Amino acid sequence: MELRRSLLFIPGNNPAMLQNGGVFEADAVILDLEDAVAPQEKDAARLLVAEALKTVDYGASEKVVRINPLDTFAAEDIITIVPCCPDALLVPKVECAEDITRVAQMVARAEQPGQKPVKLIALLETPRGIAEAYAVAKADPRLVALALGAEDYTASLGAKRTKEGTEIFNARAAVLNSAAAAGIQAIDTPFTDANDPEGLVADTLLAKKLGFKGKLSINPRQISEIHRMFNPTAEEIDWAYRVISAIRRAEAEGSGVASLDGKMVDAPIVNRAERTLYLARILGLAKEGE
Amino acid sequence: MSNSQTMSGIPDLRSAQAGTLESGDIMIAVVPGAPGSGIAVQLESIVRAQYGKAIEATIRLTTAQYSASDILIKAVDRGALDCTIRARVMAALCRAGAVSAKEGI
Repeated sequence: MELRRSLLFIPGNNPAMLQNGGVFEADAVILDLEDAVAPQEKDAARLLVAEALKTVDYGASEKVVRINPLDTFAAEDIITIVPCCPDALLVPKVECAEDITRVAQMVARAEQPGQKPVKLIALLETPRGIAEAYAVAKADPRLVALALGAEDYTASLGAKRTKEGTEIFNARAAVLNSAAAAGIQAIDTPFTDANDPEGLVADTLLAKKLGFKGKLSINPRQISEIHRMFNPTAEEIDWAYRVISAIRRAEAEGSGVASLDGKMVDAPIVNRAERTLYLARILGLAKEGE
Repeated sequence: MSNSQTMSGIPDLRSAQAGTLESGDIMIAVVPGAPGSGIAVQLESIVRAQYGKAIEATIRLTTAQYSASDILIKAVDRGALDCTIRARVMAALCRAGAVSAKEGI
């Protein structure tokens, strides 16, 4: 499974920011053709992002492009952007499974022979999109994640957006459960106050606790904190080693049941421990020799 | 606004521009020239002494991919990379009504 702890938005019509997008070491950069671009500049931004994809080195960051919604410029964006080999498209304002199947069909038509298939991430940011989250999550094999866009969502609800996020608890739960049921990732909404690092930490920790695998970000200064929060802690890694040791010991003793600290170790616990150790290994946090 | 077609099938162009004067960008203005005037490039750049020839070459190479034969291209560069120069020239030419050779004239 791809590492998507942080996905950093970069305005699609800003050459200086586009060319420096790789230096922040976000797990993904999102070159944004939607909200960050004025309507009269959509054509120029599309060409700029296409050229950036072909020439700018984004390092290890996954290259994602947020296209415009289906009822505006999505078709033009897909035709121009897909042949430039982005890793994924972030599809905004997804409201039903058909939105994703339509985009997937357009992407398939735009891909060049031999090109690595372009993945899709659905941005759910309306009440209907949240209500249809599971159908969206199952809509197409290209879809690798559901992401929550809480600003538009709460505006549609008529709810006040707060730092505590009580008003988006239902939406977070729907996105998480639907993504998990479909076997794809859930990505949390951005924390929009770039001058509140404590608020970012609290919001990201909550997202991790709930089960999100990463967080959208609108400011490069947020990336290192988001990574720190989503990285497994030393305590979690130690627990995971102990779980795997307990399982191995039980197997060596011919026992089908393992226990740790007086609690039974069953398959979901082992899965969580294995994912923790997988993350620890790819992030260089694992103990040597493990 | 639709373009009228000349006898050669190349559409008449209108004046258009793309890009900004922000650092890292380049502003490209396309102005139709008199028949037979060819493609002229006027470049103002903070790095003209070091990279002026390379910038102009990129502008001309990009323009050659479009149906534009008699135009003046005014470029004000603020340290744009090649990919930005190409994108801004393409955007200005498309806005001017030029057609990419890939799309066919």
